Amino acid sequence: MTTVSREALKIDCAVEIERIKNSIHEKVTQTLRRRGAVIGLSGGIDSTLVAALCVQALGKDRVFGIIMPEKESSPESTEWGRLAAESFGIRSVIEDITSVLEGAKCYERRDEAIRKCVPEYAAGYRAKIVLPGVLEDERLRVYSVVIQAPDGRVIKTRMPADVYLTVVAASNFKQRARKMMEYHHADRLNYAVAGTPNRLEYELGFFVKNGDGAADFKPIAHLYKTQVYQLAEHIGVPAEIRSRPSTTDTYSLPQSQEEFFFSIPLERLDLCLYAHDQGMKPADIAASVDLSSEQVERVFRDIESKRRAARYGHMAPLLVGSK
Amino acid sequence: MNKCEIEDKLKEFIVETFLFGQDSGLKSSDSLLKKGIVDSTGVIELIDFIERTFQIKVEDEEILPENLDSIDHAASYILGKQNR
Repeated sequence: MTTVSREALKIDCAVEIERIKNSIHEKVTQTLRRRGAVIGLSGGIDSTLVAALCVQALGKDRVFGIIMPEKESSPESTEWGRLAAESFGIRSVIEDITSVLEGAKCYERRDEAIRKCVPEYAAGYRAKIVLPGVLEDERLRVYSVVIQAPDGRVIKTRMPADVYLTVVAASNFKQRARKMMEYHHADRLNYAVAGTPNRLEYELGFFVKNGDGAADFKPIAHLYKTQVYQLAEHIGVPAEIRSRPSTTDTYSLPQSQEEFFFSIPLERLDLCLYAHDQGMKPADIAASVDLSSEQVERVFRDIESKRRAARYGHMAPLLVGSK
Repeated sequence: MNKCEIEDKLKEFIVETFLFGQDSGLKSSDSLLKKGIVDSTGVIELIDFIERTFQIKVEDEEILPENLDSIDHAASYILGKQNR
């Protein structure tokens, strides 16, 4: 019987940092032929680690951080984004993208769609969309919208397809507006844009195509989330940032990445993804990940389903004329 | 509507919506998810269609593979709901 343990995801941080550092340097200077790197700083562990790795690879004077809050962002994101830039001594700028989003009618389009489900939804209400957990039962997982009224009442209702698609399409303006701003600064400085997805996000499709999915290079897309934490600690990412829960910071109600997309705690998902890709059997790893065999089977099915859905997000434009 | 008629309506919707009108030998027992015919957005569209066409309310706890993952299963589920 082959099983999985947390030890399997332990890495030699010094060796891995050296490897990534050399690769960033080569890709930015030789392949992309750019003079530095631009990074969107969300105040989270992934973007902070990428900034730190770019500093090691290119030098702090060749790394530029952009903090891009909008009116629904948590104030903490700006605070931790600033801290990330200061910690590694890089230049940074705050670009508030609220007016860009208002110009694109991001909030208006989303709110109009939500009102189709919850007619009372109005100014002062807050919203997020959530998926049921994958561990609880066999249910097919469809999104619900959760609304909090100003008096604290919470309303949760399943969204029909047109509402769901419109809410997501409108919210995706946020990731795309940020990427537009990153490329503006990259063009201005003749730098490349660093992407910040970790392995879970990259492989399972937790990104917006041509939004946070776009970048010139992605230095941590091969790292499991637990490996991101190991490297972040080794490289000196501030403890405040390392201890911050993973959030989407996309909707007006606080929303964890788990309830929005991943459906199980990320540490467990790391182990399940690793075991799945090593061809291990659910029954063999269930005890190690503290789940039942049936739950691991569901997680495996969810991984496969997310990978299928992620294919479109990863696809480059198809050239119709080519054979 | 009997089970055959429900299956016909479901098949017509699935072929038109998810298979661009190409039947491709879709069988009533085929798993819509395993065959990649219906994705997560497709599940919502299928639920919308069922609620609209057969005038039933699909409860959250009923969104199960055994109720929705094939034309056969969905038709039995719809019939069961209508007869309640």
